[in-house]
Amino acid sequence: MSVVGQRVPRVDAREKVTGEARFVDDLAFPGMLYAAVVRSTEPRARILSMDLESVLSLPGVVAVAGPDDIPGGNNIPLILPGHPLLAPGETNFCGQALGLVGAETREAADLAAGLVRVEYEPRTPLLDPLDARLPGAPGLYGEDNTFGHHVVRRGDVERGFREAFLVVENTYHTPAQEHAYLEPQGAIAVPTPDLGIVVYGSMQCPFYVQRAIAHILGLPLGKVRIVQTTTGGAFGGKEDAPSEVGGQAAVLAWKTRRPVKLVYHREEDMHSMSKRHPAHIRYKTGVKEDGTLVAVEVQMTYDGGAFGTLSPVVLWRATVHAAGAYRCPNVRVDAWAVATNKEPSGAFRGFGAPQVLFAAESQMDEVAAKLGMDPLALRKHNILRTGDETATGQKLRSSVGSLQTIREASRASDYRTKRARWGKDRGPVRKGIGVSTINYGAGLGGLSPYLTRAGAFVQVHADGSALYAVGTTEMGQGMHTVLAQIVAEELGLRLDQVTATETDTSRVPDSGPTVASRATIMSGNALRDACARVRKNLWGVGASILGVPLHDVLGEGGVLYAGQKQDKSVAVEDVARECISRRVHLAAQGWFRAPKTSWDPKRGQGDAYMVYAWATNIAEVEVDLETGVVRLVRLTAAHDVGRAINPVGVEGQIEGGSLQGVGYALTEEVLRKDGRIINPDFSTYIIPTPSDAPEITPVIVESRFSKGPHGAKGFAEQPLMGVAPAVANAVYHATGLRIRELPLTPERLKKEMERSKR
Amino acid sequence: MYICLTVNGKPVNVTVHPGRRLVDVLRMDLGLTGTKIGCEQGECGACTVLLDGRAVNSCLVLMSQVEGREVLTIEGLTDDGELHALQQAFVDTGAVQCGFCSPGFLMSAYALLSRNPHPSRDEIVEAVTGNLCRCTGYRKIFQAIERVAGCVAARTEEQ
Repeated sequence: MSVVGQRVPRVDAREKVTGEARFVDDLAFPGMLYAAVVRSTEPRARILSMDLESVLSLPGVVAVAGPDDIPGGNNIPLILPGHPLLAPGETNFCGQALGLVGAETREAADLAAGLVRVEYEPRTPLLDPLDARLPGAPGLYGEDNTFGHHVVRRGDVERGFREAFLVVENTYHTPAQEHAYLEPQGAIAVPTPDLGIVVYGSMQCPFYVQRAIAHILGLPLGKVRIVQTTTGGAFGGKEDAPSEVGGQAAVLAWKTRRPVKLVYHREEDMHSMSKRHPAHIRYKTGVKEDGTLVAVEVQMTYDGGAFGTLSPVVLWRATVHAAGAYRCPNVRVDAWAVATNKEPSGAFRGFGAPQVLFAAESQMDEVAAKLGMDPLALRKHNILRTGDETATGQKLRSSVGSLQTIREASRASDYRTKRARWGKDRGPVRKGIGVSTINYGAGLGGLSPYLTRAGAFVQVHADGSALYAVGTTEMGQGMHTVLAQIVAEELGLRLDQVTATETDTSRVPDSGPTVASRATIMSGNALRDACARVRKNLWGVGASILGVPLHDVLGEGGVLYAGQKQDKSVAVEDVARECISRRVHLAAQGWFRAPKTSWDPKRGQGDAYMVYAWATNIAEVEVDLETGVVRLVRLTAAHDVGRAINPVGVEGQIEGGSLQGVGYALTEEVLRKDGRIINPDFSTYIIPTPSDAPEITPVIVESRFSKGPHGAKGFAEQPLMGVAPAVANAVYHATGLRIRELPLTPERLKKEMERSKR
Repeated sequence: MYICLTVNGKPVNVTVHPGRRLVDVLRMDLGLTGTKIGCEQGECGACTVLLDGRAVNSCLVLMSQVEGREVLTIEGLTDDGELHALQQAFVDTGAVQCGFCSPGFLMSAYALLSRNPHPSRDEIVEAVTGNLCRCTGYRKIFQAIERVAGCVAARTEEQ
């Protein structure tokens, strides 16, 4: 092992610090037009007329397009039907795309789009998700406005609650959270002379975009090529949304036969693109006198917004994770995702789990307080261990680092001392320390097994350098550094001999989306498969040069050795040259199918995910009772990642994901008036700034996953997921105030103080 | 309007509408796309450049304001292909993830170290607090800047 496990700098860092990396807005094509989108100003209305033609006479305007100009289907295909690319006749949220304008400059396109006259006949909007399934609610989707309903049925919860010594039941609310990727959505569509199209863009899932654009333009998939450009953050926000952005650019490009660039403005992006589902969660927990969990019952409603997009699968992950990371014999979960007249909710780091984990982990804290137990001890008592069954009946066979994360987080934060000393202040500023322990199912899991495959391509050149391609994407998370390390390791190369190509749908077969923390496992294993094929040929020739059997050859750092003693060696460069002269094939495709998962939707039982990551967060806060301000001073975040292929990258994922969790806990909240977002910018929607960053201590736990590349498992969503409950629990420790609605703003704290005085 | 300015040490003459934003002229007319556009409202700092040595949001600077002035962009930080110490520190420390905010952070940090070669952690945080990053959690960015500040300090002590 020479490269895997090393702290290596990112392979793409240099181009990013020099400004040479090309993001989509940095690209231009000859004859390129700029697009702007005409957007709805009503949450729900009939569109009586839209006068697109009137702006055609404005200077610089070249073309306009409405729903009737879409050559194929006016629908963004994903899971559920009925999500139009351009609203046909009725609008269902403020910011919905109605029409398109293409012009010679971006300014001209924006000006014209703003001047398009749209006549609406407003209708009563459905804004409260709790109204969506009531009789008489406006009909937005299907029979009962439901995008999805999932359950878990394990044991007998009624009996569990009867046997319980203590039952705690509460309601929790979480807000919409904005991804706030620094690079806004954008795409460039370029028609090709053979009546196909190439779309360049900022995205997570090129194969989703390919499918969408083929459908929208009515083209065979073979005529649609998608190239991912350097992507400036995504976090789930560029999972399905780029199909819409790319589709809009493609419609205008198809009509004008010219390249079309469409980059969203920040406000436009925040008004119209997906957010984390707001959630209403009723949570009931039953425990024995010694703290043993005996029953959990959860009823939750997730606000899906106007269209289904990813709601059914977001809700599924929420359902599987609803009972938390604990043994519990009796579990009943009922989860609904419903339609409202807001921008569609979608994927966001954690994918439905952070909402319900806020409730689940707040409940554990409350149970501990009522039993007079230490909250960490309560978790240790109930935490899932090797051999246990999850709430969905999945037996955990290996790679269960749960207890280790608890121990290491406790040690790194000096938890016991602080827990004992704090929480007793009587002054205006009070210190507290709080805990959460969670797990995260890596990969896509049992609901969409057909997607759990990935391809890869590897080629070794005549000088021994290697080029690889995968179907998953780099969006900042560090995938390419990890994958380059794996390729170097497998072929015995130096890291600087390995180069990645940009992700392009024409290079490897459909490898599914880059979501669910799956890129390291899926593309890593597909690359190992490809590398094994190349290695057989490359090292075979090396063996003949060294005069030893192939199984005695070792490779490291660009040199092949004859056995362990390393007394005979040959540079890979020389071997590659010899391969060329002997006409040996040094390129291969690789393929990986994930280990089997299963799901019984009626009972909500099955082996939901191939493996779980685990985490314990410990938050240290100072609460100012006079102002209600919560200051997160320090966060200790211990994560079981299987194996850290690049520890620098793992730390980066923990630190960055945790800070997004801090935002979710303390400041981030999409606000609305009459359905319209009123804080669509960074001065009113507050993500953590450098001044807000707490000290974050990342702790890496490695409980290896035998089926992951070199023992690694996916985890990078997990850092966000457990922060909010740890902070809320620390606030409780500091003040005795229990806040059950995110974020923990000064207003909410003051309100709770007033209420608790009464 | 005919405007003369200096960009990355070289004189530049452009004929532009005085109301155009500096960031657009840098990116579209001069091809300097290393300066990024994240919010267009001076809130995210992705478009930070130095104007006469001070860090500014180039999305809020109009061309009429830059006549005769000196602009330094991320492209000007690299010397003949060699990374500036700050850039190297960002690479080595792991301060880069998606990279969209990196040029802006680097320019803010460069402005800080130009006027204060030995900043404290608080001074570093204050200097970059107008720059947003959604990926890194900021810790490695602070460490990268401290690493260079430390080197500068060490070098000065040697002399």
